[in-house]
Amino acid sequence: MEHSFRLRRSLLYVPGNMPSMLQNIPIFESDAVMIDLEDAVPYSEKDAARTLVHSFLSTYQDRNKEIFVRINGLKTDCWKEDLRVILPALPDGIRLPEADSSDFVEQLDTVLTEFEEELGIEIGHFKILPSIETAEGVINCIKTARSSNRLIGLAFGAEDYTASLEIERTKTGEELFAARTRVVWACKAAGIQAIDTIFSDVSDMEALRHETTLIKTLGFSGKSLVNPRQIEVVHEVFAPKQEEIDYALQVVEAIQKAREMGTGVISLGGKMVDAPVVKRALRILKTAQAHGLIDMQLDEEVIYGHK
Amino acid sequence: MVTNSLGRQLPESFFGKAVHPFQDPYSRTPAGNHATRHLRRHNPGDNKLLGNLREAIEASGLKSGMCIATHHHLRNGDAVLNLVVREIDRMGIRDIRIASSSIHPVHAELIPYIQKGVISGFECGVNGLIGEMVSRGELDCPIIVRTHGGRARSLITGEVVVDVAFIAAPSCDCYGNMNGFFGPSACGSLGYAFTDAQYAHCVVAVTDNLTAAPVTPVSISQSLIDYVVRVDTLGDPRKIVSTTTQITRDPVGLQIARYAAQVIDASGLLRDGFSFQTGAGGISLAVAEQVRRMMSQAQIKGSFGCGGITGYFVDMLEEGLFRTLFDVQCFDLKAVESIGRNLHHQEMSADTYANPFNAGAMVNLLDCVILGATEIDVDFNVNVNTESNGYLLHNTGGHSDAAAGAKLSIITAPLLRGRLPIIRDTVTTVTTPGRTIDVIVTERGIAVNDHQQELKDELIRRKVPVRDIVELREEACRITGEPRPIEFTDEVVALIEYRDGTIIDAVRKVKE
Repeated sequence: MEHSFRLRRSLLYVPGNMPSMLQNIPIFESDAVMIDLEDAVPYSEKDAARTLVHSFLSTYQDRNKEIFVRINGLKTDCWKEDLRVILPALPDGIRLPEADSSDFVEQLDTVLTEFEEELGIEIGHFKILPSIETAEGVINCIKTARSSNRLIGLAFGAEDYTASLEIERTKTGEELFAARTRVVWACKAAGIQAIDTIFSDVSDMEALRHETTLIKTLGFSGKSLVNPRQIEVVHEVFAPKQEEIDYALQVVEAIQKAREMGTGVISLGGKMVDAPVVKRALRILKTAQAHGLIDMQLDEEVIYGHK
Repeated sequence: MVTNSLGRQLPESFFGKAVHPFQDPYSRTPAGNHATRHLRRHNPGDNKLLGNLREAIEASGLKSGMCIATHHHLRNGDAVLNLVVREIDRMGIRDIRIASSSIHPVHAELIPYIQKGVISGFECGVNGLIGEMVSRGELDCPIIVRTHGGRARSLITGEVVVDVAFIAAPSCDCYGNMNGFFGPSACGSLGYAFTDAQYAHCVVAVTDNLTAAPVTPVSISQSLIDYVVRVDTLGDPRKIVSTTTQITRDPVGLQIARYAAQVIDASGLLRDGFSFQTGAGGISLAVAEQVRRMMSQAQIKGSFGCGGITGYFVDMLEEGLFRTLFDVQCFDLKAVESIGRNLHHQEMSADTYANPFNAGAMVNLLDCVILGATEIDVDFNVNVNTESNGYLLHNTGGHSDAAAGAKLSIITAPLLRGRLPIIRDTVTTVTTPGRTIDVIVTERGIAVNDHQQELKDELIRRKVPVRDIVELREEACRITGEPRPIEFTDEVVALIEYRDGTIIDAVRKVKE
């Protein structure tokens, strides 16, 4: 699957100091997990958690999901030790907290390169997913989104963000609208994925469904999760609806017919089908394919025509 | 020693009775007739109501060396068995065997009476301390564990003769008509007591709720009851039925339930007429919830839910997802409340439910059953009786019966429990033979028995994680390490009887 189209609907936090939960990482059906060495781990347990996560990752050979490790922030005295212990166990990437500006990403990028050279692995192996979780971070996120080739996306963090604004986070999330929109712009412009914040009330699945529907509409491609029970709801929301798939198939068929007739525009059910419509249809079909809902060859030439 | 077809070593006889080794689940055929008992006559004006339990025991003719039975519908709230045994002891009667439908932890109170010689053996499985002490050699008291269907069979064939059955009756009149639906000790179905009422040589109804005759609806009729006796209480109602049976919230359990639901979906059995059984455990209920959703979405009208009944099955009945519930035992208050008012919520005897030696048990009509396990081996044999420490801690219940009957029997179990792998090379004790098990569902993958090749192919096609059972075992052991084997002595302390009366395994004393 091409890099930019890797499904990252659900990124599940797992505390790095809890063996019983780490042990179950292979069984959860989230697209990615983020093993936490930061907020979930008390200062006195940081050392033990690093060792534990290292041993877990070393035994987890048949990886069936992306593994990120949330290290401690670059303003702390923990993050270098986090990397030193964790990176040899080859996680897929690092979730970088408090990425208030591109400087933090660039600094991490440099250190990751050093480790890759030392470990003798391909430069660029370790991806970065920075957290945009302060007012400053939101303001700077457009530059941050372009600060490294290692970026797979930006992750919005509403808990710290609302704290930095000295406001309460509400269940309906009106206070987050502007920040979310800006994060999505930054990501789309840079060609990376936008990952939304956690939803902390694990017993309220309806509110989670509502929020996930909202952020999907805004342009986010996934969400950070705090409990495995949230995975199913998020996947359901992100799965393309059968009507969408059917329409997308019709669009592709229509545009193929148009190409045969030597044109790039055609009418389908009284509506004009042109390049942006086809592009959206292809995206839906690719998503459907990634969800295992359809099984077909998608031809890129459909959008652009023969060269 | 003899060896049965699963390679299990058995004694040739156990406390004077010959042991018939297990061969296979379906071919043993019974010979002879139903067991008989004396005819009796009650004339108009004859009184059945006696003053107290002692009078009832005296009237029943119970003597040393005989066998008594109670039912376990009052579960861990039951006071009746303890009450009866205390009275038997006071009367100086000794060497009594107990053939109740099950023994619960509350019956640990019987231990001093076992030590004293009042009780000399159990013709039924036991839950809790008694089994543990027997396994450790601390109690000398032979146990024959039976399935629900097998217990009914053993009374009907006369293999087990119950001299006196004491039937706890939550609603009862002075002539012995009874039901379990109403009263302070309401437990719902009296399904396990039906065979006792029909086959015991003397039947005593014990009630804490004597109401005006006739009690209706009549579950067990006056024509089967010899005596009626009133006691202060049948038990602790809070422990009789758990008020809440809950879907698991554990993500591992929920993952197992999702996979199990996918197996049911792929089996092709989920169509109009679907019949289903689950237990009351958190994972079972989570599977039931998934099945309920699938049935609602596809507008499937099932035929019946079966076995022990929970509020979830009651909801499914009321939503029109099943036409009928066949209830051998109510698991929660919602089920008790429903069976008393809904004609489509039917009380069912253990004989009708699961006896292999009648003209067709309800389990034979089951499409799908969800069952648990303490251990599973690579041949799909399942253990529910002993734990990883080798102690006999659980009764079989309807496990082997439903597995043998259902078209699709699914075992749901976490691959790792605590720090132990659940799939083993061989199980400590075989309860249910692998031939009657179709699919094992764990959080790390699904193992399908070879005789279900079509289902296996369909699951693979649907990208459900099908794994070889040996591979699952190896994965578990990679995480936990190989568990140290339990050491046993040669002394057999209990037999595990299969539903047809053959012996599927023996439980030996643990070497401490």
